[in-house]
Amino acid sequence: MSQVLDTPPPTAPPADDDLSALAARHGLTVSGARPSLPDYVRQLWARRHFITAFSTAKLTAQYSQAKLGQVWQVMTPLLNAAVYYFIFGVLLGTKRNVPDYVPFLVTGVFIWTFTQSSIMAGTRAISGNLGLVRALHFPRAALPISFALQQLQQLLFSMAALVVILLCFGVPIAASWLLAVPALVLQSVFNAGVSMIMARMGAKTPDIAQLMPFVLRTWMYVSGVMWSIDKLAKGHHDWPSWVVPVLQANPAAIYIDLMRYSLIDSFHGSQLPHHVWAIAVGWALVAGIGGFIYFWKAEETYGRG
Amino acid sequence: MADIENDQIPTVVVDGVDIVYRVNGTGAGKGSATAALNRMLRRGQVEKAAGVRKVHAVKNVSFVAYKGEAIGLIGTNGSGKSTLLKAVAGLLPVENGRIYTDGQPSLLGVNAALMNDLTGERNVHLGGLAMGMSREQVRDRYQEIVDFSGINEKGDFITLPMRTYSSGMAARLRFSIAAAKDHDVLLIDEALATGDRSFQKRSEQRIRELRKHAGTVFLVSHSNKSIRDTCDRVLWLERGELRMDGPTDEVLAAYEDFTGGPDKAKPQPKVAA
Repeated sequence: MSQVLDTPPPTAPPADDDLSALAARHGLTVSGARPSLPDYVRQLWARRHFITAFSTAKLTAQYSQAKLGQVWQVMTPLLNAAVYYFIFGVLLGTKRNVPDYVPFLVTGVFIWTFTQSSIMAGTRAISGNLGLVRALHFPRAALPISFALQQLQQLLFSMAALVVILLCFGVPIAASWLLAVPALVLQSVFNAGVSMIMARMGAKTPDIAQLMPFVLRTWMYVSGVMWSIDKLAKGHHDWPSWVVPVLQANPAAIYIDLMRYSLIDSFHGSQLPHHVWAIAVGWALVAGIGGFIYFWKAEETYGRG
Repeated sequence: MADIENDQIPTVVVDGVDIVYRVNGTGAGKGSATAALNRMLRRGQVEKAAGVRKVHAVKNVSFVAYKGEAIGLIGTNGSGKSTLLKAVAGLLPVENGRIYTDGQPSLLGVNAALMNDLTGERNVHLGGLAMGMSREQVRDRYQEIVDFSGINEKGDFITLPMRTYSSGMAARLRFSIAAAKDHDVLLIDEALATGDRSFQKRSEQRIRELRKHAGTVFLVSHSNKSIRDTCDRVLWLERGELRMDGPTDEVLAAYEDFTGGPDKAKPQPKVAA
Protein backbone atom coordinates (compact mmCIF):
# COMPACT_ATOMS: atom_id res chain seq x y z
CA MET A 1 0.00 0.00 0.00
CA SER A 2 3.01 2.29 0.12
CA GLN A 3 2.36 3.69 -3.32
CA VAL A 4 -1.16 4.56 -2.24
CA LEU A 5 0.14 6.42 0.75
CA ASP A 6 2.48 8.36 -1.50
CA THR A 7 -0.29 9.58 -3.78
CA PRO A 8 -0.70 13.24 -2.92
CA PRO A 9 -4.38 14.01 -2.40
CA PRO A 10 -5.63 17.07 -4.29
CA THR A 11 -6.42 19.03 -1.17
CA ALA A 12 -3.29 17.83 0.57
CA PRO A 13 -2.72 19.61 3.86
CA PRO A 14 0.49 21.58 4.27
CA ALA A 15 3.23 20.06 6.39
CA ASP A 16 2.27 19.47 10.01
CA ASP A 17 3.95 22.51 11.53
CA ASP A 18 2.05 24.78 9.14
CA LEU A 19 -1.36 23.49 10.21
CA SER A 20 -1.59 25.47 13.41
CA ALA A 21 -0.50 28.60 11.50
CA LEU A 22 -3.19 27.93 8.88
CA ALA A 23 -5.79 27.52 11.60
CA ALA A 24 -4.67 30.72 13.31
CA ARG A 25 -4.77 32.65 10.03
CA HIS A 26 -8.40 31.75 9.48
CA GLY A 27 -9.41 32.35 13.05
CA LEU A 28 -10.24 28.75 13.89
CA THR A 29 -10.43 27.82 17.56
CA VAL A 30 -9.26 24.66 19.28
CA SER A 31 -12.11 22.16 19.42
CA GLY A 32 -13.12 21.14 22.91
CA ALA A 33 -10.94 23.78 24.55
CA ARG A 34 -12.00 25.11 27.92
CA PRO A 35 -13.86 28.42 27.60
CA SER A 36 -12.93 31.34 29.83
CA LEU A 37 -14.79 31.58 33.13
CA PRO A 38 -17.16 34.40 32.04
CA ASP A 39 -17.88 32.56 28.77
CA TYR A 40 -18.51 29.41 30.72
CA VAL A 41 -21.01 31.15 33.00
CA ARG A 42 -22.72 32.59 29.92
CA GLN A 43 -22.96 29.18 28.22
CA LEU A 44 -24.31 27.67 31.39
CA TRP A 45 -26.94 30.39 31.66
CA ALA A 46 -27.95 29.77 28.06
CA ARG A 47 -28.58 26.14 28.99
CA ARG A 48 -30.70 26.90 32.04
CA HIS A 49 -33.83 25.47 30.44
CA PHE A 50 -32.00 22.25 29.69
CA ILE A 51 -30.84 22.07 33.32
CA THR A 52 -34.35 22.45 34.70
CA ALA A 53 -35.91 20.16 32.08
CA PHE A 54 -33.28 17.49 32.73
CA SER A 55 -33.74 17.55 36.50
CA THR A 56 -37.54 17.46 36.28
CA ALA A 57 -37.34 14.63 33.75
CA LYS A 58 -35.05 12.62 36.04
CA LEU A 59 -37.40 13.21 38.95
CA THR A 60 -40.46 12.13 36.99
CA ALA A 61 -38.75 9.11 35.46
CA GLN A 62 -37.85 7.87 38.93
CA TYR A 63 -41.33 6.64 39.87
CA SER A 64 -42.91 6.32 36.44
CA GLN A 65 -43.01 2.50 36.63
CA ALA A 66 -44.66 2.42 40.06
CA LYS A 67 -48.44 1.99 40.30
CA LEU A 68 -48.78 4.81 42.80
CA GLY A 69 -46.55 6.96 40.59
CA GLN A 70 -45.66 10.38 41.92
CA VAL A 71 -47.31 9.62 45.30
CA TRP A 72 -43.97 8.02 46.19
CA GLN A 73 -42.36 11.45 46.11
CA VAL A 74 -44.11 12.11 49.43
CA MET A 75 -44.38 8.51 50.65
CA THR A 76 -40.63 7.82 50.55
CA PRO A 77 -39.60 10.62 52.94
CA LEU A 78 -42.51 9.80 55.27
CA LEU A 79 -41.50 6.14 55.46
CA ASN A 80 -37.89 7.19 56.03
CA ALA A 81 -38.95 9.35 58.94
CA ALA A 82 -41.06 6.53 60.37
CA VAL A 83 -38.11 4.13 60.33
CA TYR A 84 -35.80 6.60 62.04
CA TYR A 85 -38.50 7.37 64.61
CA PHE A 86 -38.89 3.68 65.36
CA ILE A 87 -35.13 3.14 65.83
CA PHE A 88 -34.07 6.32 67.59
CA GLY A 89 -37.30 7.36 69.26
CA VAL A 90 -38.80 4.02 70.34
CA LEU A 91 -35.92 1.51 70.52
CA LEU A 92 -33.06 3.72 71.69
CA GLY A 93 -35.15 6.31 73.46
CA THR A 94 -33.08 9.29 72.31
CA LYS A 95 -36.21 11.43 72.62
CA ARG A 96 -35.97 11.72 76.40
CA ASN A 97 -33.56 14.64 76.06
CA VAL A 98 -35.19 16.55 73.23
CA PRO A 99 -38.55 18.30 73.24
CA ASP A 100 -40.68 17.83 70.11
CA TYR A 101 -38.50 14.89 69.19
CA VAL A 102 -40.41 13.74 66.11
CA PRO A 103 -40.37 17.13 64.34
CA PHE A 104 -36.74 17.52 65.45
CA LEU A 105 -35.78 14.14 63.97
CA VAL A 106 -37.79 14.41 60.77
CA THR A 107 -36.43 17.87 59.96
CA GLY A 108 -32.92 16.58 60.53
CA VAL A 109 -33.44 13.52 58.34
CA PHE A 110 -34.98 15.46 55.44
CA ILE A 111 -32.40 18.23 55.42
CA TRP A 112 -29.56 15.76 55.75
CA THR A 113 -30.96 13.56 52.97
CA PHE A 114 -30.94 16.60 50.68
CA THR A 115 -27.21 17.14 51.18
CA GLN A 116 -26.42 13.44 51.14
CA SER A 117 -28.23 12.61 47.93
CA SER A 118 -26.95 15.75 46.17
CA ILE A 119 -23.40 14.69 46.93
CA MET A 120 -23.99 11.08 45.90
CA ALA A 121 -25.68 12.14 42.67
CA GLY A 122 -22.89 14.67 42.06
CA THR A 123 -20.22 12.00 42.44
CA ARG A 124 -21.79 10.07 39.59
CA ALA A 125 -22.86 13.11 37.59
CA ILE A 126 -20.07 12.79 35.02
CA SER A 127 -18.94 9.18 35.43
CA GLY A 128 -22.52 7.90 35.26
CA ASN A 129 -23.45 9.99 32.23
CA LEU A 130 -20.48 9.44 29.95
CA GLY A 131 -22.83 8.63 27.09
CA LEU A 132 -24.37 12.07 27.34
CA VAL A 133 -21.01 13.78 27.81
CA ARG A 134 -19.60 12.04 24.75
CA ALA A 135 -22.61 12.69 22.53
CA LEU A 136 -23.60 16.28 23.10
CA HIS A 137 -21.94 19.58 23.62
CA PHE A 138 -22.91 21.61 26.68
CA PRO A 139 -21.13 23.05 29.70
CA ARG A 140 -20.58 19.99 31.86
CA ALA A 141 -21.43 21.86 35.06
CA ALA A 142 -25.01 21.54 33.85
CA LEU A 143 -24.97 17.92 35.03
CA PRO A 144 -24.02 18.26 38.72
CA ILE A 145 -26.17 21.39 39.00
CA SER A 146 -29.07 19.59 37.40
CA PHE A 147 -28.74 16.68 39.84
CA ALA A 148 -28.59 19.06 42.81
CA LEU A 149 -31.72 20.72 41.45
CA GLN A 150 -33.43 17.36 41.18
CA GLN A 151 -32.68 16.74 44.86
CA LEU A 152 -34.01 20.19 45.74
CA GLN A 153 -37.29 19.38 43.99
CA GLN A 154 -37.37 16.11 45.88
CA LEU A 155 -36.80 18.01 49.13
CA LEU A 156 -39.72 20.33 48.38
CA PHE A 157 -42.00 17.29 48.32
CA SER A 158 -40.48 16.21 51.62
CA MET A 159 -41.05 19.67 53.05
CA ALA A 160 -44.74 19.40 52.20
CA ALA A 161 -44.81 16.15 54.16
CA LEU A 162 -42.84 17.84 56.93
CA VAL A 163 -45.43 20.60 57.29
CA VAL A 164 -48.12 17.96 57.79
CA ILE A 165 -46.00 16.20 60.43
CA LEU A 166 -45.28 19.48 62.22
CA LEU A 167 -48.95 20.38 62.40
CA CYS A 168 -49.89 16.86 63.56
CA PHE A 169 -47.43 17.14 66.43
CA GLY A 170 -48.79 20.52 67.47
CA VAL A 171 -45.97 22.77 66.33
CA PRO A 172 -47.58 26.18 65.75
CA ILE A 173 -47.27 28.03 62.46
CA ALA A 174 -44.98 31.00 63.04
CA ALA A 175 -43.45 33.89 61.15
CA SER A 176 -40.06 32.25 61.63
CA TRP A 177 -41.09 29.60 59.08
CA LEU A 178 -40.16 32.17 56.45
CA LEU A 179 -36.52 31.77 57.52
CA ALA A 180 -36.67 28.32 55.98
CA VAL A 181 -36.47 29.92 52.53
CA PRO A 182 -33.05 31.63 52.88
CA ALA A 183 -31.76 28.58 54.76
CA LEU A 184 -32.80 26.32 51.87
CA VAL A 185 -31.29 28.65 49.27
CA LEU A 186 -27.95 28.67 51.09
CA GLN A 187 -28.00 24.91 51.53
CA SER A 188 -28.79 24.40 47.84
CA VAL A 189 -25.83 26.55 46.81
CA PHE A 190 -23.61 24.61 49.20
CA ASN A 191 -24.88 21.26 47.88
CA ALA A 192 -24.43 22.27 44.24
CA GLY A 193 -20.87 23.38 45.00
CA VAL A 194 -19.94 20.14 46.76
CA SER A 195 -21.63 18.18 43.95
CA MET A 196 -19.36 19.88 41.42
CA ILE A 197 -16.25 19.10 43.48
CA MET A 198 -17.32 15.47 43.79
CA ALA A 199 -18.27 15.32 40.10
CA ARG A 200 -14.74 16.24 39.07
CA MET A 201 -13.20 13.79 41.52
CA GLY A 202 -15.65 11.07 40.55
CA ALA A 203 -14.96 11.66 36.85
CA LYS A 204 -11.25 11.06 37.40
CA THR A 205 -11.59 8.26 39.96
CA PRO A 206 -14.95 6.49 39.75
CA ASP A 207 -13.99 4.45 42.84
CA ILE A 208 -14.92 7.44 44.98
CA ALA A 209 -18.57 6.55 44.44
CA GLN A 210 -17.92 3.33 46.38
CA LEU A 211 -16.25 5.20 49.20
CA MET A 212 -18.72 8.06 49.60
CA PRO A 213 -21.50 6.15 51.43
CA PHE A 214 -19.10 5.51 54.33
CA VAL A 215 -17.86 9.08 54.44
CA LEU A 216 -21.43 10.36 54.29
CA ARG A 217 -22.68 8.03 57.03
CA THR A 218 -19.90 9.18 59.35
CA TRP A 219 -20.72 12.77 58.50
CA MET A 220 -24.38 12.14 59.27
CA TYR A 221 -23.66 10.79 62.76
CA VAL A 222 -21.43 13.71 63.73
CA SER A 223 -23.90 16.28 62.42
CA GLY A 224 -26.62 15.72 64.97
CA VAL A 225 -29.28 14.42 62.61
CA MET A 226 -30.82 12.12 65.25
CA TRP A 227 -29.71 13.90 68.39
CA SER A 228 -28.92 17.35 69.59
CA ILE A 229 -25.18 18.03 69.60
CA ASP A 230 -25.20 20.18 72.76
CA LYS A 231 -27.24 17.57 74.66
CA LEU A 232 -24.77 14.92 73.54
CA ALA A 233 -21.85 17.00 74.79
CA LYS A 234 -23.36 17.18 78.29
CA GLY A 235 -22.84 13.43 78.59
CA HIS A 236 -19.17 13.72 77.60
CA HIS A 237 -17.50 16.19 79.94
CA ASP A 238 -14.08 14.76 79.05
CA TRP A 239 -14.32 16.12 75.48
CA PRO A 240 -11.89 18.98 74.71
CA SER A 241 -13.66 22.33 74.55
CA TRP A 242 -13.24 22.75 70.79
CA VAL A 243 -15.16 19.61 69.82
CA VAL A 244 -18.69 20.95 70.21
CA PRO A 245 -18.13 24.26 68.34
CA VAL A 246 -16.44 22.37 65.51
CA LEU A 247 -19.25 19.83 65.29
CA GLN A 248 -21.82 22.61 65.35
CA ALA A 249 -20.03 24.66 62.69
CA ASN A 250 -19.90 21.82 60.16
CA PRO A 251 -22.12 22.76 57.23
CA ALA A 252 -24.57 19.88 57.58
CA ALA A 253 -25.21 20.70 61.25
CA ILE A 254 -25.52 24.41 60.43
CA TYR A 255 -28.20 23.91 57.78
CA ILE A 256 -30.06 21.31 59.82
CA ASP A 257 -30.12 23.47 62.95
CA LEU A 258 -31.14 26.56 60.99
CA MET A 259 -34.12 24.68 59.59
CA ARG A 260 -35.07 23.39 63.07
CA TYR A 261 -34.74 26.89 64.46
CA SER A 262 -37.05 28.32 61.80
CA LEU A 263 -39.69 25.58 61.98
CA ILE A 264 -39.83 24.27 65.55
CA ASP A 265 -40.84 26.67 68.32
CA SER A 266 -39.15 24.67 71.09
CA PHE A 267 -35.79 24.80 69.32
CA HIS A 268 -34.31 28.03 70.63
CA GLY A 269 -31.74 30.39 69.18
CA SER A 270 -29.51 29.61 72.17
CA GLN A 271 -28.94 26.13 70.73
CA LEU A 272 -27.40 27.64 67.60
CA PRO A 273 -23.69 28.50 67.42
CA HIS A 274 -22.73 32.20 67.34
CA HIS A 275 -22.84 33.95 63.94
CA VAL A 276 -24.85 31.05 62.53
CA TRP A 277 -26.11 32.95 59.47
CA ALA A 278 -22.62 34.23 58.69
CA ILE A 279 -21.29 30.67 58.84
CA ALA A 280 -24.16 29.44 56.66
CA VAL A 281 -23.48 32.12 54.04
CA GLY A 282 -19.74 31.44 54.28
CA TRP A 283 -20.10 27.72 53.63
CA ALA A 284 -22.43 28.38 50.71
CA LEU A 285 -20.05 30.88 49.10
CA VAL A 286 -16.90 28.83 49.67
CA ALA A 287 -18.44 25.62 48.35
CA GLY A 288 -20.49 27.27 45.60
CA ILE A 289 -17.82 29.48 44.05
CA GLY A 290 -14.89 27.22 44.90
CA GLY A 291 -16.68 24.13 43.59
CA PHE A 292 -17.68 25.87 40.36
CA ILE A 293 -14.14 27.05 39.62
CA TYR A 294 -12.67 23.69 40.59
CA PHE A 295 -15.09 21.93 38.25
CA TRP A 296 -14.50 24.37 35.39
CA LYS A 297 -10.72 23.91 35.62
CA ALA A 298 -11.05 20.35 34.28
CA GLU A 299 -13.90 21.06 31.83
CA GLU A 300 -12.02 19.82 28.74
CA THR A 301 -11.05 16.48 30.31
CA TYR A 302 -14.55 15.17 31.07
CA GLY A 303 -15.43 12.26 28.85
CA ARG A 304 -12.01 10.63 28.75
CA GLY A 305 -11.53 7.15 30.11
CA MET B 1 -0.15 25.79 -1.50
CA ALA B 2 -0.68 29.49 -1.00
CA ASP B 3 -3.24 29.86 -3.79
CA ILE B 4 -5.31 26.97 -2.41
CA GLU B 5 -5.49 28.74 0.91
CA ASN B 6 -6.58 31.94 -0.75
CA ASP B 7 -9.73 30.66 -2.38
CA GLN B 8 -10.60 27.96 0.15
CA ILE B 9 -11.65 28.62 3.70
CA PRO B 10 -10.71 25.86 6.13
CA THR B 11 -13.41 24.92 8.62
CA VAL B 12 -11.75 21.99 10.37
CA VAL B 13 -7.99 21.56 10.80
CA VAL B 14 -6.80 18.32 12.35
CA ASP B 15 -3.13 18.50 13.24
CA GLY B 16 -1.30 15.30 14.17
CA VAL B 17 -4.02 13.93 16.42
CA ASP B 18 -3.71 10.86 18.65
CA ILE B 19 -6.64 9.58 20.66
CA VAL B 20 -6.11 7.06 23.41
CA TYR B 21 -8.75 5.32 25.53
CA ARG B 22 -7.71 4.06 28.95
CA VAL B 23 -9.58 1.07 30.28
CA ASN B 24 -9.37 0.22 33.97
CA GLY B 25 -9.68 -3.23 35.46
CA THR B 26 -8.20 -5.34 32.71
CA GLY B 27 -5.54 -6.90 34.91
CA ALA B 28 -3.49 -9.16 32.67
CA GLY B 29 -5.07 -12.51 33.43
CA LYS B 30 -4.73 -12.25 37.19
CA GLY B 31 -7.54 -12.43 39.69
CA SER B 32 -9.15 -9.01 39.46
CA ALA B 33 -9.02 -8.09 43.16
CA THR B 34 -5.30 -8.78 43.53
CA ALA B 35 -4.63 -7.05 40.24
CA ALA B 36 -6.47 -3.98 41.47
CA LEU B 37 -4.51 -4.03 44.74
CA ASN B 38 -1.34 -4.36 42.75
CA ARG B 39 -2.37 -1.36 40.72
CA MET B 40 -2.84 0.75 43.83
CA LEU B 41 0.43 -0.33 45.42
CA ARG B 42 2.55 0.09 42.34
CA ARG B 43 1.15 3.40 41.28
CA GLY B 44 3.45 5.40 39.03
CA GLN B 45 4.95 2.33 37.49
CA VAL B 46 4.28 1.33 33.91
CA GLU B 47 0.54 1.56 33.38
CA LYS B 48 0.46 -1.69 31.47
CA ALA B 49 1.83 -3.59 34.43
CA ALA B 50 -0.76 -1.94 36.61
CA GLY B 51 -3.69 -3.37 34.64
CA VAL B 52 -4.69 -0.19 32.81
CA ARG B 53 -4.96 -0.96 29.14
CA LYS B 54 -4.45 1.73 26.58
CA VAL B 55 -6.36 1.56 23.36
CA HIS B 56 -4.75 3.72 20.72
CA ALA B 57 -7.83 4.46 18.66
CA VAL B 58 -6.51 7.19 16.34
CA LYS B 59 -2.86 7.59 15.42
CA ASN B 60 -1.27 10.76 14.12
CA VAL B 61 -4.05 11.86 11.78
CA SER B 62 -3.81 15.20 9.97
CA PHE B 63 -6.11 16.77 7.40
CA VAL B 64 -7.79 20.04 6.52
CA ALA B 65 -11.47 20.29 5.63
CA TYR B 66 -12.71 23.26 3.64
CA LYS B 67 -16.01 25.05 3.46
CA GLY B 68 -18.51 23.39 1.16
CA GLU B 69 -16.88 19.97 1.26
CA ALA B 70 -18.73 16.78 2.01
CA ILE B 71 -16.21 14.31 3.38
CA GLY B 72 -16.82 10.61 3.79
CA LEU B 73 -15.06 8.58 6.45
CA ILE B 74 -14.61 4.92 5.61
CA GLY B 75 -12.78 2.00 7.13
CA THR B 76 -13.52 -1.42 8.56
CA ASN B 77 -15.21 -1.78 11.97
CA GLY B 78 -13.13 -0.46 14.84
CA SER B 79 -10.85 1.62 12.66
CA GLY B 80 -11.47 4.82 14.63
CA LYS B 81 -13.99 6.62 12.43
CA SER B 82 -16.55 7.43 15.10
CA THR B 83 -13.82 8.25 17.59
CA LEU B 84 -12.28 10.76 15.21
CA LEU B 85 -15.70 12.28 14.59
CA LYS B 86 -16.28 12.72 18.33
CA ALA B 87 -12.90 14.36 18.74
CA VAL B 88 -13.70 16.83 15.96
CA ALA B 89 -16.91 17.60 17.80
CA GLY B 90 -14.81 18.35 20.88
CA LEU B 91 -16.43 15.53 22.83
CA LEU B 92 -13.34 13.36 23.27
CA PRO B 93 -10.07 14.86 24.46
CA VAL B 94 -7.06 14.26 22.23
CA GLU B 95 -3.83 12.78 23.57
CA ASN B 96 -1.48 14.62 21.20
CA GLY B 97 -1.96 17.23 18.51
CA ARG B 98 -4.75 19.74 18.06
CA ILE B 99 -8.08 20.03 16.33
CA TYR B 100 -9.09 23.51 15.20
CA THR B 101 -12.64 24.25 14.12
CA ASP B 102 -14.70 27.12 12.84
CA GLY B 103 -17.52 27.41 15.36
CA GLN B 104 -18.90 24.40 17.14
CA PRO B 105 -19.21 21.22 15.05
CA SER B 106 -22.16 19.10 16.10
CA LEU B 107 -22.61 15.39 16.05
CA LEU B 108 -25.97 14.39 14.66
CA GLY B 109 -27.34 12.37 17.54
CA VAL B 110 -29.27 12.84 20.72
CA ASN B 111 -29.84 9.31 22.04
CA ALA B 112 -28.00 9.75 25.29
CA ALA B 113 -30.15 12.63 26.52
CA LEU B 114 -33.43 10.80 26.10
CA MET B 115 -35.12 8.84 28.87
CA ASN B 116 -37.08 5.69 28.18
CA ASP B 117 -39.45 6.24 31.10
CA LEU B 118 -40.68 9.55 29.75
CA THR B 119 -43.26 10.15 27.07
CA GLY B 120 -42.17 10.80 23.51
CA GLU B 121 -43.52 14.31 23.87
CA ARG B 122 -41.28 15.16 26.83
CA ASN B 123 -38.33 13.52 25.11
CA VAL B 124 -38.76 15.80 22.12
CA HIS B 125 -38.49 18.79 24.43
CA LEU B 126 -35.62 17.34 26.43
CA GLY B 127 -33.66 16.32 23.34
CA GLY B 128 -34.15 19.69 21.68
CA LEU B 129 -32.95 21.54 24.77
CA ALA B 130 -30.00 19.15 25.12
CA MET B 131 -28.89 20.03 21.59
CA GLY B 132 -28.89 23.67 22.58
CA MET B 133 -32.18 24.80 21.07
CA SER B 134 -34.16 27.42 22.96
CA ARG B 135 -37.56 26.61 24.42
CA GLU B 136 -39.24 28.66 21.71
CA GLN B 137 -37.36 26.85 18.94
CA VAL B 138 -38.38 23.50 20.38
CA ARG B 139 -42.00 24.61 20.61
CA ASP B 140 -41.96 25.86 17.00
CA ARG B 141 -40.41 22.68 15.68
CA TYR B 142 -42.39 20.27 17.87
CA GLN B 143 -45.15 19.42 15.41
CA GLU B 144 -42.64 19.13 12.58
CA ILE B 145 -40.54 16.65 14.56
CA VAL B 146 -43.52 14.50 15.51
CA ASP B 147 -44.89 14.49 11.96
CA PHE B 148 -41.52 13.62 10.50
CA SER B 149 -41.03 10.71 12.88
CA GLY B 150 -44.41 9.32 11.87
CA ILE B 151 -44.89 8.13 15.45
CA ASN B 152 -48.53 9.17 15.47
CA GLU B 153 -49.40 7.39 12.23
CA LYS B 154 -50.60 4.35 14.16
CA GLY B 155 -52.35 6.14 17.01
CA ASP B 156 -51.47 8.60 19.72
CA PHE B 157 -48.09 7.12 20.64
CA ILE B 158 -46.30 10.36 21.35
CA THR B 159 -48.00 10.63 24.77
CA LEU B 160 -46.81 7.13 25.78
CA PRO B 161 -43.47 6.44 27.49
CA MET B 162 -40.66 5.67 25.05
CA ARG B 163 -40.10 2.26 26.64
CA THR B 164 -43.37 1.15 25.08
CA TYR B 165 -42.14 1.92 21.55
CA SER B 166 -40.86 -0.71 19.18
CA SER B 167 -37.15 -0.37 18.51
CA GLY B 168 -37.88 0.99 15.04
CA MET B 169 -40.26 3.62 16.36
CA ALA B 170 -37.78 4.72 19.02
CA ALA B 171 -35.01 4.99 16.43
CA ARG B 172 -37.25 7.08 14.20
CA LEU B 173 -38.11 9.47 16.97
CA ARG B 174 -34.44 9.79 17.95
CA PHE B 175 -33.42 10.58 14.41
CA SER B 176 -36.24 13.08 14.00
CA ILE B 177 -35.19 14.96 17.13
CA ALA B 178 -31.52 14.92 16.16
CA ALA B 179 -32.22 16.15 12.64
CA ALA B 180 -34.35 19.08 13.80
CA LYS B 181 -31.44 21.46 14.24
CA ASP B 182 -29.28 23.13 11.58
CA HIS B 183 -25.51 23.03 12.06
CA ASP B 184 -22.41 24.79 10.68
CA VAL B 185 -20.15 21.78 10.68
CA LEU B 186 -22.23 18.65 10.66
CA LEU B 187 -20.98 15.21 11.65
CA ILE B 188 -23.18 12.29 10.68
CA ASP B 189 -22.86 8.69 11.76
CA GLU B 190 -25.08 7.12 9.17
CA ALA B 191 -26.13 4.27 11.42
CA LEU B 192 -28.68 6.84 12.57
CA ALA B 193 -30.78 6.44 9.49
CA THR B 194 -32.76 3.41 10.56
CA GLY B 195 -36.37 2.37 10.38
CA ASP B 196 -38.47 0.97 7.60
CA ARG B 197 -37.92 1.70 3.92
CA SER B 198 -40.20 4.73 3.73
CA PHE B 199 -38.60 6.29 6.78
CA GLN B 200 -35.12 5.63 5.38
CA LYS B 201 -36.01 7.55 2.25
CA ARG B 202 -37.34 10.43 4.29
CA SER B 203 -34.21 10.53 6.48
CA GLU B 204 -31.89 10.45 3.46
CA GLN B 205 -33.82 13.41 2.13
CA ARG B 206 -33.45 15.18 5.47
CA ILE B 207 -29.70 14.51 5.59
CA ARG B 208 -29.40 16.05 2.11
CA GLU B 209 -31.27 19.14 3.34
CA LEU B 210 -29.07 19.39 6.41
CA ARG B 211 -26.01 19.14 4.18
CA LYS B 212 -27.20 22.04 2.07
CA HIS B 213 -27.41 24.28 5.15
CA ALA B 214 -24.18 23.11 6.73
CA GLY B 215 -20.79 24.50 5.74
CA THR B 216 -18.92 21.21 5.93
CA VAL B 217 -20.26 17.71 6.34
CA PHE B 218 -18.55 14.58 7.61
CA LEU B 219 -20.31 11.31 6.96
CA VAL B 220 -19.39 7.97 8.50
CA SER B 221 -20.89 5.14 6.53
CA HIS B 222 -20.38 1.52 5.61
CA SER B 223 -22.42 1.96 2.48
CA ASN B 224 -20.07 2.83 -0.38
CA LYS B 225 -23.11 3.80 -2.38
CA SER B 226 -24.24 6.52 -0.02
CA ILE B 227 -20.65 7.79 0.27
CA ARG B 228 -20.46 7.94 -3.53
CA ASP B 229 -23.82 9.71 -3.71
CA THR B 230 -23.05 12.37 -1.17
CA CYS B 231 -19.31 12.92 -0.75
CA ASP B 232 -16.69 14.49 -3.01
CA ARG B 233 -13.75 13.59 -0.80
CA VAL B 234 -13.05 10.50 1.29
CA LEU B 235 -10.77 9.77 4.23
CA TRP B 236 -9.93 6.12 4.72
CA LEU B 237 -8.99 5.13 8.26
CA GLU B 238 -7.53 1.74 9.03
CA ARG B 239 -6.39 0.72 12.53
CA GLY B 240 -6.51 4.35 13.56
CA GLU B 241 -4.20 5.52 10.80
CA LEU B 242 -5.16 7.73 7.89
CA ARG B 243 -4.50 5.36 5.03
CA MET B 244 -5.73 7.49 2.19
CA ASP B 245 -7.20 10.93 1.59
CA GLY B 246 -8.49 11.89 -1.82
CA PRO B 247 -11.36 12.13 -4.32
CA THR B 248 -14.19 9.70 -3.70
CA ASP B 249 -13.64 7.48 -6.76
CA GLU B 250 -9.93 6.89 -6.18
CA VAL B 251 -10.23 6.11 -2.49
CA LEU B 252 -13.32 3.95 -2.85
CA ALA B 253 -11.65 1.92 -5.61
CA ALA B 254 -8.69 1.22 -3.36
CA TYR B 255 -10.98 0.47 -0.43
CA GLU B 256 -13.03 -1.97 -2.45
CA ASP B 257 -9.83 -3.77 -3.48
CA PHE B 258 -8.87 -3.93 0.18
CA THR B 259 -12.21 -5.28 1.41
CA GLY B 260 -12.58 -7.62 -1.55
CA GLY B 261 -14.97 -6.92 -4.42
CA PRO B 262 -16.91 -3.74 -5.23
CA ASP B 263 -19.54 -2.62 -2.78
CA LYS B 264 -20.57 -5.80 -1.15
CA ALA B 265 -20.69 -4.02 2.15
CA LYS B 266 -24.28 -3.38 3.07
CA PRO B 267 -25.06 -0.56 5.48
CA GLN B 268 -24.33 -2.37 8.70
CA PRO B 269 -26.64 -1.90 11.62
CA LYS B 270 -24.66 -0.32 14.39
CA VAL B 271 -25.67 -0.42 18.01
CA ALA B 272 -26.36 3.12 19.09
CA ALA B 273 -24.13 4.32 21.90
